[in-house]
Amino acid sequence: MILVYLIAVLLTGAFLAWIAGIWNTVWSRIISIVALSIDLIQIIILALKPVSPASSWIIDFKLDWIPEFGIGLHLALDGLSLLMLILTFFLGIIAVLISWKEINSKVGFFHFNLLLIMAGIIGVFLSLDLFLFYFFWELMLVPMYFLIGIWGHENRTAASNKFFLYTQASGLLMFIAIIALYFVHGHSTGSYTFDYLQLLGTKMSASTGLLIMSGFLAAFLVKLPVVPLHNWLPDAHTEAPTAGSLILAALLLKTGAYGLLRFIVPLFPAASLTFAPIGMLLGVVGILYGAKLSFAQTDFKRLVAYTSVSHMGFVILGVFSFNEIAYQGVIVQMISHGISTGALFILVGQLYERIHTRDLNRMGGLWEEAPFMGAMGLVFSMASLGLPGLGNFIAELLILVGVFKASVLMSCLACLGLIAATIYSLRIVQKVFLGKKNGIWEINDLNVREKTVLAALCIVIVGLGLFPKPVFDIAKPALIKTLDIKEKTIHVEGISKNETGEKSIHFYQISK
Amino acid sequence: MTITDILSLSPLIIIAIAPVVIMLVISVIRNYDVVYGFSILALLGAIASIFLIIPVIPHLIEPLFIVDIYSLFFLGIIIFSALLVTLISYNYLKQLDGVREEYYIVLFTSTLGASLLAVANQFIIFFLGIETLSISLYILIAFQRSKATSIEAGIKYLILASVSSAFLLFGMALIYTASGTMQFNGIVLALSKNSQLSPLIISGFAMMMVGIGFKLALVPFHMWTPDVYQGAPSPVTAYIATVSKGAVMAVLIRFFFITRGFENNYLFIVISGFAILSMFTGNLLALRQNNIKRLLAYSSIANMGYLLIILLTGTNKGIQASIFYMISYFITTIGAFGVITLLSTCKNEAEKIEDYRGLFWKKPWIAIVFTLSLLSLAGIPLTAGFIAKFYVVFEGMKTGLLVLVFSLIINSVIGLYYYLRVITMMFSASDETILPALPLIGNITLLLIALSILILGIYPGWLIDIIMKFVTL
Repeated sequence: MILVYLIAVLLTGAFLAWIAGIWNTVWSRIISIVALSIDLIQIIILALKPVSPASSWIIDFKLDWIPEFGIGLHLALDGLSLLMLILTFFLGIIAVLISWKEINSKVGFFHFNLLLIMAGIIGVFLSLDLFLFYFFWELMLVPMYFLIGIWGHENRTAASNKFFLYTQASGLLMFIAIIALYFVHGHSTGSYTFDYLQLLGTKMSASTGLLIMSGFLAAFLVKLPVVPLHNWLPDAHTEAPTAGSLILAALLLKTGAYGLLRFIVPLFPAASLTFAPIGMLLGVVGILYGAKLSFAQTDFKRLVAYTSVSHMGFVILGVFSFNEIAYQGVIVQMISHGISTGALFILVGQLYERIHTRDLNRMGGLWEEAPFMGAMGLVFSMASLGLPGLGNFIAELLILVGVFKASVLMSCLACLGLIAATIYSLRIVQKVFLGKKNGIWEINDLNVREKTVLAALCIVIVGLGLFPKPVFDIAKPALIKTLDIKEKTIHVEGISKNETGEKSIHFYQISK
Repeated sequence: MTITDILSLSPLIIIAIAPVVIMLVISVIRNYDVVYGFSILALLGAIASIFLIIPVIPHLIEPLFIVDIYSLFFLGIIIFSALLVTLISYNYLKQLDGVREEYYIVLFTSTLGASLLAVANQFIIFFLGIETLSISLYILIAFQRSKATSIEAGIKYLILASVSSAFLLFGMALIYTASGTMQFNGIVLALSKNSQLSPLIISGFAMMMVGIGFKLALVPFHMWTPDVYQGAPSPVTAYIATVSKGAVMAVLIRFFFITRGFENNYLFIVISGFAILSMFTGNLLALRQNNIKRLLAYSSIANMGYLLIILLTGTNKGIQASIFYMISYFITTIGAFGVITLLSTCKNEAEKIEDYRGLFWKKPWIAIVFTLSLLSLAGIPLTAGFIAKFYVVFEGMKTGLLVLVFSLIINSVIGLYYYLRVITMMFSASDETILPALPLIGNITLLLIALSILILGIYPGWLIDIIMKFVTL
């Protein structure tokens, strides 16, 4: 029940924030923070509780919704969703804080949309019923569309339309795939249901599996995004208000990664194995191409947007290498990318508030003007390039080690991505904070609110880099379960097991 | 006629008596509010009488009518939609100069025609119903005699609908020649005697499809739709989009199912063709419209295409899906046109998309209703339209109509684009223009509609349950 309650708190908060915004805008900000904080505290209390070893599900909640079609209100929490929920609520609070000065018009409606997106996102992370999952998946879009379309920059309308159409089109393909899976399962077992746990292990022919999986893949790969489908991302990120970019980069992209881990691999073990080489190739292409495009940008925000493409390449690479080390890396990558890229977007936003441009060529030498901002910029650029001691390093290292077991070639190619990341990250520092002072800017350094936000993010990213073990421990049962399902199915179906199937390696030594 | 016969036709009888009473009242005293109040009461009475019939169904009145649960569902949908249209018409008509009480008389006669279609069991009632409906619609469409576009729309509809009726009648005649009966179930018996369909029957069916295609505005018989939608008064447009099309769909589904038309390959291919063409043409042409009524006209063409998918499933589950789809589509469409009606005055229709710029910041409440309606038409979750679309896709995939389902999906994306245009317009920054104050009745109706869209979108289980338990053909 607590899971429903988490969503209900956000929805109530959303309406209250809207109504309060009519009289006093500060109240709608405060209400939003309170609603998110209540949820954050709840979820942290849950995380601290000892977990029963019997099942990887910490909470499992089920109600009938539309029983005629076998649709249930099935929400469940395991280590994977727990981590994602903590990230969501944490960044949600940050998103409210950074909008404090930036969003001045229609404040109530802004926070209404913000909280609605949050509700949609945690719905996605918690749903174990495919229909419900799709419901939330679509639900995130509409408020996000408004967020970009109303409070965005100059080309907001085109960007928001593009975002909506891309995700909606791919989502509908997933919708068909979900219904197809429902019928395939129903025909073979006689029980027609959208329930994830029952759909696991559905027997289907190799070609059917590939076909249905490609529907799911379409949705997740667009969201992630993977290179040929990434076109919506730079526009949406660039035109969105800072909070919008933060949520897009840090949370919405993660729903794609989460979908791969939660649905693609367990539901289609055989098909995903067939797809793995292509998936890994897409990952490597994403890493290198994203980095290349990122380097070529002159718009600061666009640059940061493209780094997301590059970093998400690591995620898909890791997912399709099918081993625990890589999966742990993927989890850490999801979290640390959320933090580090989110922080870079926040910096872009703060800079934009001061100098009203995002053009890198017009910046330079800002360190002297705003040393705190410069230092923060340096930290998060370093995180982005994967400096040891920061979260992204752990993530990328683990992914590369995991991928190395699956494919040496891919691992080597992906390593080049680290070099490319160094180039674009250092370019940020050089163009914005160092270099010749442009002389025209007279700016204030960060104020207390902005400092607090960035400091909080900084602590998390350093903490993640130095002590990643709690994250591993929380995620481990869920990941092992995912890999187990795949192992069993492959085994039962008699498909020859290749060396990618190895698992349970003692990787803590490596991270230590 | 027995008492049961009369009882089972009571909704139709009430709807037939009401216009007579209104006429008598008008001849004594001409008072808009009295006529309006009476119309609402009569429609409510008709809806209430539907519940009285439930114990006596299924009831067959040889040889003309059939009153079964399917008819009752459609009677309910039709009369309820007529009620909603009446509710949103109040202010629009009130501003009209000259006579306006007659509007409700014609609204009743057209609803009578539509209701006849829901209980039709053979060709005579089928044709009678369609003609009663169409002739009343000519008047309704051209009701604002002082407006050129209104007259134009009326004439256009008059000519095209007459032509299509002629086709329909000729088709019926051909089938009658071949089978020797006008009863739907008699026809199927006559057909099953010969394994090979005679050319007479095939051309008869083809002629009928032309006639019905006109009434449903399927491509390639859709040309009248945008002009009529644009020219007709907004509440009448809502009426055409819902009641008139729904009633024709009701009789088409019954006829098609009883005669097992979907088992015939030719017919199957032709109807699939209509469906796919309607979806694509409707949605593609809607993309470039700047007039909201024309945009919704094209969207309705596409929606009829979606509904045809269900016709082709040929299962009882398919019928159930179609009923859910129509309920959701009717509520949504009346919601959208209700907003247009409330923002329009007789002289100045709020029909340009530009008129809606910044509506959300000026009148948030009405903009929310409009947004909900448009999102529901686009099939976005939380709205009734999403569940309806899901139901159609679901039944379509179950029957293996993959090509049609994929066209539906592609078209949903295309459709989304123009719905988003309108929504974006409503949420963009606005210049200050003063909008008319919104009437109370209209507001309450819109509140009801918005709530229904949300309730059917979030918790549709109860309605699906009712439909699944009862509706079969």
